Amino acid sequence: MKVIRDFLDKQKEHFEKGGKWEKFYYIYEAHETLLYSPKSTASAKGVQIRDAIDLKRLMMTVIIAMVPCLLFGMWNVGYQHHIATGQAVTFLEQFLLGAQVVLPVVIVSYATGLSIEFTFATIRRHPVNEGFLVTGMLIPLIMPPTVPLWQVAMGTAFGVIIGKEVFGGTGMNILNVALTARAFLYFAYPGELSGDVWTYIGDASVVEGYSGATALAVAQEFGTSTANGSVLEGLASYNWSAGLFNVQNLTLGIIPGSIGETSAVMALVGAIILIVTGVGSWQIMLSVVVGALAAGGLLNVLAVNDYMAMPAYYHIIIGGFAFGTVFMATDPVSAAHTERGKWIYGFLVGAITVIIRVFNPAYPEGIMMAILLMNVFAPLIDHYVIEGNKKRRLKRATV
Amino acid sequence: MSKTIKLKKGFDINLKGKAEKMIGDTVIAETYALKPTDFPSITRPKLLVKEGDNVKAGTPVFFDKMMEDVYYCSPVSGEIAEIKRGAKRKLLEVVILADKQVEFESLKKWDNSSLKQAEKKDLIEALTKGGVWPHIIQRPYGIVANPEDEPLNIYISGFDSHPLAPDYGFALKDDKESFQAGLSVLAKLTAGKVHLNLNADGEVSQLYQGLNDVEINHFQGAHPVGNVGVQIHHLKPINKGDIVWTVSPIGVVEIGRLISQGQYNTEKLISVAGSEVKSPKYMKIYAGTAIKKVVEGNIEGDHVRYISGNPLTGEKIALEGYLGFYHNQISVIPEGDYHEMFGWILPSAKKLSFQRAFGLLSFLNGKNKEYELDTNTRGEKRAFVQTGVFEKVTPMDILPVHLLKAIMAEDYDEMEALGIYEVIEEDLALCEFVDVSKHDVQKIVREGLDLIRIG
Repeated sequence: MKVIRDFLDKQKEHFEKGGKWEKFYYIYEAHETLLYSPKSTASAKGVQIRDAIDLKRLMMTVIIAMVPCLLFGMWNVGYQHHIATGQAVTFLEQFLLGAQVVLPVVIVSYATGLSIEFTFATIRRHPVNEGFLVTGMLIPLIMPPTVPLWQVAMGTAFGVIIGKEVFGGTGMNILNVALTARAFLYFAYPGELSGDVWTYIGDASVVEGYSGATALAVAQEFGTSTANGSVLEGLASYNWSAGLFNVQNLTLGIIPGSIGETSAVMALVGAIILIVTGVGSWQIMLSVVVGALAAGGLLNVLAVNDYMAMPAYYHIIIGGFAFGTVFMATDPVSAAHTERGKWIYGFLVGAITVIIRVFNPAYPEGIMMAILLMNVFAPLIDHYVIEGNKKRRLKRATV
Repeated sequence: MSKTIKLKKGFDINLKGKAEKMIGDTVIAETYALKPTDFPSITRPKLLVKEGDNVKAGTPVFFDKMMEDVYYCSPVSGEIAEIKRGAKRKLLEVVILADKQVEFESLKKWDNSSLKQAEKKDLIEALTKGGVWPHIIQRPYGIVANPEDEPLNIYISGFDSHPLAPDYGFALKDDKESFQAGLSVLAKLTAGKVHLNLNADGEVSQLYQGLNDVEINHFQGAHPVGNVGVQIHHLKPINKGDIVWTVSPIGVVEIGRLISQGQYNTEKLISVAGSEVKSPKYMKIYAGTAIKKVVEGNIEGDHVRYISGNPLTGEKIALEGYLGFYHNQISVIPEGDYHEMFGWILPSAKKLSFQRAFGLLSFLNGKNKEYELDTNTRGEKRAFVQTGVFEKVTPMDILPVHLLKAIMAEDYDEMEALGIYEVIEEDLALCEFVDVSKHDVQKIVREGLDLIRIG
């Protein structure tokens, strides 16, 4: 191990001030600190001891929380492929096929994003922030398995540059970077990001009666027309593959959809990791769910079509709701920063998701739009919470 | 009307090497120093002595041109050995070569009955010329109080909740009379009250029983519960334009001694503590002492950091350095300038963390586990990302993140509106400790205070 340390120490002088690769110091620093935590010590004045946490560990915790979703997603891509093509294969084969489809997407996302991060770190002379380690994993998980790799690269580049770097880099962005990437692709390449893209078919041929529609699309189809019966009947009748959209499958996530966001159960596992470690805000997660149930419940009461009458809890288990709630809405930079603000922000994310789903026929999935919208409003919510704090102080002074 | 206030937020940092309740020999060091840099308000110190002058304990050494009435006095008798200056001839230290036996300037004194009739202006005159006035700190800003001001109230925190801090009840157990005298003097300086805030959880020390001229309240909770700024926030928060004063219990004792004995006597018990101290205990010293003789022979490792003050708000000093004016403890902890392979991800229960992110297992240890922390920053400086954590260690109705951002943006109105008058560095020290992005929070707070105060 000493060999590596010696090597790093030897190279360091080239990257420090006056060295020949001075410009690339932060690229060196990013790699060095990945291998070794720095030997820097506390300043002469101020705290002399520091908490053991750092940004790398914080981000790594989020990535660990996403691993269940990733692994499940890989298997599910393979599984959906095999039921669509009518093949009966082993669990391992399903998983390996999924991995074959998913891993390139992950690699492209990281490669594109990190190249941009390194470039900006060099030009702007700021450290490479670890935030992209999370973003780079989020992006693949919200892509359809059939997405062309060049589009993954395009979307990632757009998200990182326009979503983050133009605002000044990590910590300064207004919008969630991964969702910015997703939204960009959705509007730029609707052909590849909507419709029958949710099941990886490849060169194989599909079974008779196959349909690639997602549960959300089915819900919308049955919900907004009066003829065919209720949404639940619709989901139940959707049986080219028996029981595909029953409650159990919806909850477990054994349904077509984006790579990592189908499973409410895996998102829940992630949520538990984030909450136990204190890394994700449970206030936001809880309030998003409450918001969705409240809006869904209200629509149930006022129902004039079948979609409005769909039981509110279905909103939690279909589509990317659970994943978005756990991993996207809680992004500390783009969410509300104040404690009270987080409750309001979360509630509105949940409520707006349901409203978009039910009332906007153009977007079957509402959580992406709801979070992006609330990202924009988060500073406003914070503003009023902060004003409240200031007012309390002023009031005290004049009493 | 005594009340008990419970604070829910905060974090106790439980370090190894707390001072045991035993007292080492009185240490008369060879040299002592008075450092203008200990007082954040001093910008233009004017020397009253030159190298080679003989001084007694209580002889004025310098004053601040911005507040000419307040003298900063020599803590011991001896000869001015050196006047150390830094860049641009900034005065850094006045070093005094001490006599073997401390001789005191004899100053005016009051007995109990004459103190009752004493005029406020005579007392102020005695305190400002006698060397103890700098113990009186003004809030806002945490600077030496202006003798011309009249504070709304005076606050004393009777306990220190910082890691490894001395127990005043023990350190001042023989100074009860001086403490009472000090309280009586302070009571004369304000039309309001003198508040003494005690720890509701600890046993009540003999020192704090049966006191007059003081209103006692109790506080319960984790650090920063012992910070006087936090206590003021919960008793009567400081608003714009308000001026209150704070004094530490040791300051109260020194004020009492000056008035009742006519001597500037800075003898005090300090804690010498930390994981690198062989036998952590209390030592009797005079203010501004060179620490070498105090810690000599009592240090475990050879690669250590000496801290004047506590590990949260203190200052790194060399082994040849001097104890700061306001500091009542010397902490010695391991220096942390080493690389650790994959240190950012390896799980550990030995490293203390307020948080519980992956691999940070210290929360499993319970509250009684003592930690051996070194000075390593445990990570590198990064952009500000995490939210909600600073609030958890700030038991005040203040939004620390937004206040800090307002300071960085040099937005005066915003700083004021967000409560900069209510804090000084120590009140947000825990934010600096828990910060994932490793910012120097206390430095930022001081910059903000200076911006508001001086512009």
